[in-house]
Amino acid sequence: MATEIKTDVVILFAGDSGDGIQLTGSQFTNTAALYGNDISTFPNFPAEIRAPQGTIAGVSGFQLHFGSVEIFTAGDASDVLVVMNAAALKANLKQLKLGGIIIANTDGFDAKNLKLAKYPDGVNPLKDNSLEKYKVYEIDVTKITRTALEGSGLGTKEMDRSKNMFVLGYIYWMYNRSLDNSIEFLKEQFKKRPELMDANIKVLKAGYNYGETVETPMNRYEVKPAPVSKGTYRSIMGNQAVAMGLIAATQKAGLTLFYGTYPITPASDILHELSKHKNFGVKTFQAEDEIAAITSAIGASFGGSLGITASSGPGIALKGEAIGLALMLELPLVIVNIQRGGPSTGLPTKTEQADLMQAIYGRNGEAPVPVIAASTPSDCFEMAFEACRLAIEFMTPVFFLSDGYIANGSEPWKFPSAADLPELTVNFAKNNLKEGEKFLPYKRNEKLAREWAIPGTKGLEHRVGGIEKENETGNISYDPENHELMVKIRQEKVDNIANYVPLQSIDNGNTTGKLLILGWGSTYGSIKTAVREAIAEGYDVSHAHVKYMNPLPKNLGELIKGFDKVLIPEMNNGQLIKIIRDKFLVDAKGLNKIKGMPFASGEIKEKIVEMLK
Amino acid sequence: MEAQTAEKLSPKDFVTDQEVRWCPGCGDYSILKQVQTVMPELGLKREEIVFISGIGCSSRFPYYMETYGMHSIHGRATAIASGLKATRPELSVWIVTGDGDALSIGGNHLIHLLRRNFDVNVLMFNNEIYGLTKGQYSPTSPLGKVAKSTPMGSVDHPFNPLALCLGADSTFVARTMDRDPVHLREVLKRANAHKGTSMVEIYQNCNVFNDGAFEVFTEKGTKKLNTLFVEQGKPLLFGENGGKGIKLDGFKPMVVELADASANDLWIHDEKDQVKANILVRFFNNASSENALPRPFGVFYQEDRFCYEQAFNLQVQEAIAQKGKGDLDALIRGKNTWTI
Repeated sequence: MATEIKTDVVILFAGDSGDGIQLTGSQFTNTAALYGNDISTFPNFPAEIRAPQGTIAGVSGFQLHFGSVEIFTAGDASDVLVVMNAAALKANLKQLKLGGIIIANTDGFDAKNLKLAKYPDGVNPLKDNSLEKYKVYEIDVTKITRTALEGSGLGTKEMDRSKNMFVLGYIYWMYNRSLDNSIEFLKEQFKKRPELMDANIKVLKAGYNYGETVETPMNRYEVKPAPVSKGTYRSIMGNQAVAMGLIAATQKAGLTLFYGTYPITPASDILHELSKHKNFGVKTFQAEDEIAAITSAIGASFGGSLGITASSGPGIALKGEAIGLALMLELPLVIVNIQRGGPSTGLPTKTEQADLMQAIYGRNGEAPVPVIAASTPSDCFEMAFEACRLAIEFMTPVFFLSDGYIANGSEPWKFPSAADLPELTVNFAKNNLKEGEKFLPYKRNEKLAREWAIPGTKGLEHRVGGIEKENETGNISYDPENHELMVKIRQEKVDNIANYVPLQSIDNGNTTGKLLILGWGSTYGSIKTAVREAIAEGYDVSHAHVKYMNPLPKNLGELIKGFDKVLIPEMNNGQLIKIIRDKFLVDAKGLNKIKGMPFASGEIKEKIVEMLK
Repeated sequence: MEAQTAEKLSPKDFVTDQEVRWCPGCGDYSILKQVQTVMPELGLKREEIVFISGIGCSSRFPYYMETYGMHSIHGRATAIASGLKATRPELSVWIVTGDGDALSIGGNHLIHLLRRNFDVNVLMFNNEIYGLTKGQYSPTSPLGKVAKSTPMGSVDHPFNPLALCLGADSTFVARTMDRDPVHLREVLKRANAHKGTSMVEIYQNCNVFNDGAFEVFTEKGTKKLNTLFVEQGKPLLFGENGGKGIKLDGFKPMVVELADASANDLWIHDEKDQVKANILVRFFNNASSENALPRPFGVFYQEDRFCYEQAFNLQVQEAIAQKGKGDLDALIRGKNTWTI
């Protein structure tokens, strides 16, 4: 038995959705992060809560990529594939590197499971040499778990629930990790069920000891801490970061956060997180439908709270008319879209970034709305905060885009302190009217934002509405000249936001050159990895990642023109590319992946090499 | 609702500088007038009153009220009001809607508003027609209604709006009409006084597209025979000089001639009785049909039940009491950190 040093490793845990795969993965993640590895994770679960056991449809996966180097993605292909049953192997084998390790729970490869996984009669991949290109370790996890728990007084069903802890213990042994963090977790988790606490800890240790005592030809591996910048870190998931960013912004602005929403995958976790924090004055309202979700938020904003609503594509489609109302009312509102595969119901649990056009253009009439997008799980905090800032400062609905990949993915986060966050100032309108003077609800400041005059303010009683209004007074107006004027003012107000957001920077590479990779949203990690490798190999390529989608940063056009070629990788059929071509008349090329899965960095790297040939 | 008013307001203080643009003769004028008349009597501060409407003729209403107001989008006034009331419980929130706005495109929000029992007032102008879109049948139009979209007559069975509201556990259900200003004002005051969602159906004549839809209930010659004005604790009487009454035979209401029956046998109105309220709102048959019951007006049901916004805000206070006021640094930091 030898210990091999590795710079980075990708492990994919896979099993039935009831096998505790997500928990196993997140436990390993936390332990690796505490140890000082850089890490990125990607859970992949079925749309059904309990899809039929043992079937491919029911396979749940958790991929994690950790290393002694900087990590930007959850990894292209896995080094280690842990499978709890035959379906998990069948579903994920193509993701395993040649020569990779398979750890298989043999109990999950009995006749019944093989049949459910749709292997032909009499075929068992563990027995027919079809896996000879991999290193396969067979362990009867079920049997050993039950043996370890003999005399515990637990029933077979309860014993079997601890199987995932055996696997976790074994993987901890493989990578020389301490069990302490997970033992602490189990103590907390099962505080009220000491028999389950003992059982899970016992099985976790059994897994570790199995590695220690059983003479397998298995190597152990060491992945040293990563040279990340000094500081205090925590692990953060994208949706959790959104919730915290929204709370932080409303706290900094001294506003009540009103969150009107209707449950939808993959946005619901934001509601779950926010509803835990009512002691911040957070008010979460589970509305009767998507339309009530946004309109209740508009009502709250009218009253002086910050109205926020979240959904995914199908729900955003239903909110469209109300978004138009909010922009006519010129009230602050944040609309969060955690994108998923579309159209229609599409792929609820899979990722895609195909709602950019919907966010920018998807309303009736001339209806400009600022749109910003997060690029990593921790960036969700910053950009959710930023969405609130723009909404308040410019009295406008603002779209914040994330997607299933970063919403459920996690990474280490060197979190800010509350004091370091910018203060947001809110000035509700005061009654400074002179005798006989009328309040003008649509009078604007230098940012073209109108005043936020809330009910309860004496003397500022006024009416707002979705119908076209006269400039300044807000009274109903059908005057043709006025309508054109108002359309132009609303457009100018949004365009002008470009003067109040950061200029576009180059993330990596030279500021001019042969090829620019222009990305947005969750493709950040894959592009970053690909460009970094390509630059190291001598290619003249740069990476810029757009976070302000509408209006685009003022210098973006000029920046793009500094490159001979532009490549825009997107997890859609080409959306940002249309906007870039439209705005800058640049012959950008697209690299599109529409498989409900993030880009592998290798796919982008291949395209870079091809374009620079 | 005993709030102190700093100044004495008059109906004129609730009139805006906007020209009222309903068709001449529209029932909406009367309703606007009665609302403006009642407002100063309610003891509310003008700046704490908000009128929210959806889309339709009636929904222009906020533009004519010198209060805070929002003319929103079709069917959503109820949902907008929910968010406003949830965050600003001290405001007096009035929803102005119509039969199409409240029961068709906004039907879902209406039933959820009612079950949650936000302390708001809903004034639903029912004219049994789509006026603003120029004359299509509405969800309250009678079966067979010939309208622009139904030249052969509508095949839709209409809603019984107040039965629907009671089905959604509405805590206050009342009906009144544009042509009876005194009754309208009384019902408005009762609606304002009720803590919870006050559902007021107002029969309103659309003299352009559905003239006379309610005339049998509103006009002199036929009103007495066809309407029943209920009052708390009083027997159900109607007809010329109150010569007819309603008696319950089990759960079945029957019309009796007072001359033939003892007044003691009559149904005594009790707005706290949900079972009776359910029977009362089912007095809904066509006035011309045989054995037609009179159409009732007044407050049919009133129940005291906690309001959504009370419980909603109480949870925030409880969370603060239990965990202390939120500490942003503690939130961002979370439970597990590591230092490099």
